[in-house]
Amino acid sequence: MFRRLVRLQGPLGNILSPDKVCPRNQQLRCAVNYSSALVEKRRFYKDVSISQSEGGLYEVNLDRRKLKTPGGKLFTAPNEAMAIAVATEWDAQKDTLKYYTMHLTTLCNTALDNPTHRTKEQMISAALKFLETDTVCYRVDEPHSLVELQKNEWDPVLHWIENRYNVTIGSSSNILGPEIPKETKDTFRQHLKSYNFWSMTGLEFVITQLKSVVLAIGVIDRHLSVEQAVLLSRLEEEYQIKYWGNVEWAHDYESYELRARTAAGALFVHLSSESSTVKRKLMQN
Amino acid sequence: MAAMAPALRVCRGILKELRASIGPTYNKSLAYNYVMDQFRKNKITGERYCRAQQEAHHDSNTYLCLLGSTRTHLALHKLYHAKGECSQESAAAMVGLRLPTQPGGKGWEK
Repeated sequence: MFRRLVRLQGPLGNILSPDKVCPRNQQLRCAVNYSSALVEKRRFYKDVSISQSEGGLYEVNLDRRKLKTPGGKLFTAPNEAMAIAVATEWDAQKDTLKYYTMHLTTLCNTALDNPTHRTKEQMISAALKFLETDTVCYRVDEPHSLVELQKNEWDPVLHWIENRYNVTIGSSSNILGPEIPKETKDTFRQHLKSYNFWSMTGLEFVITQLKSVVLAIGVIDRHLSVEQAVLLSRLEEEYQIKYWGNVEWAHDYESYELRARTAAGALFVHLSSESSTVKRKLMQN
Repeated sequence: MAAMAPALRVCRGILKELRASIGPTYNKSLAYNYVMDQFRKNKITGERYCRAQQEAHHDSNTYLCLLGSTRTHLALHKLYHAKGECSQESAAAMVGLRLPTQPGGKGWEK
């Protein structure tokens, strides 16, 4: 009897001893593995340059090494402007690499690797889902001043897009949101199909940042500047800031991050759709 | 059309940001040459409607916004979020308070 207890206790004790369950070194190793994305790499190169490959695509070189995507592919950009912008991001890194400040590089990597294996149609459907819950379509009932503010700021953009694409969107203070007609979605689906895969990657990024298809298209169609779009996207927050005060490490931090991301997305769309870079009027003297 | 700063100011703004991010050798960088080249190519003409110029203007504004916001965001990140959680003293100091120096406050020993 006693012996059995002892025997039972033996292995049990062994299992339960803290050393077995959570060996200290393993715990440490876990911690290191877990935070590897947060640990910043040292800048391992001096010069950044770009070069044109045979297919007309542009590559970025760090010293003599060619830049690669996280998926292991060769990094290629469709035109010179994009390659220069990406090279500048790499050149701007001081002693450690801060990937979270390299938005254009990240977008190019996403477009090249396509880590979620999605097609353009799937991306368009995902983007149009945001139209059902578009920021500028959801209004509040109270307080009165916020209702006024939303009406004054959001309605012009909504009218602009309705006239521009000849659609009806409307707004609502109902929790279910406005009823968006099928024709509207079809129009936008048709319009979004005209973008290539790279532009669509950027456009979807802008939509998810601003939480609004209307504002995103406003920026891409150059009706709004990035600053305006971000302000409109954060309208209620800005209203609350006016009442309760601004907190630099939360409000400003988020607002600048949102601006940087939106600007990167918009620039990415414009740079990867050629029309904006190739067409140029010749000056005549 | 979105209200934007005049082209010259945008150009100078971009160059200033490049200087801040790359350092004193910024005028030898790829971006410097490209930006100067683009601004020279898209100089204001006498025409009233010049689509390409507006496009270039909007893009340059967007690029300026990208560079400026990234720099400010990084500065804020370094200041507030890069060092992990703050100590009790510094957290209190952030909102203008001090921790009591004696365990039970003033008059605790009596």
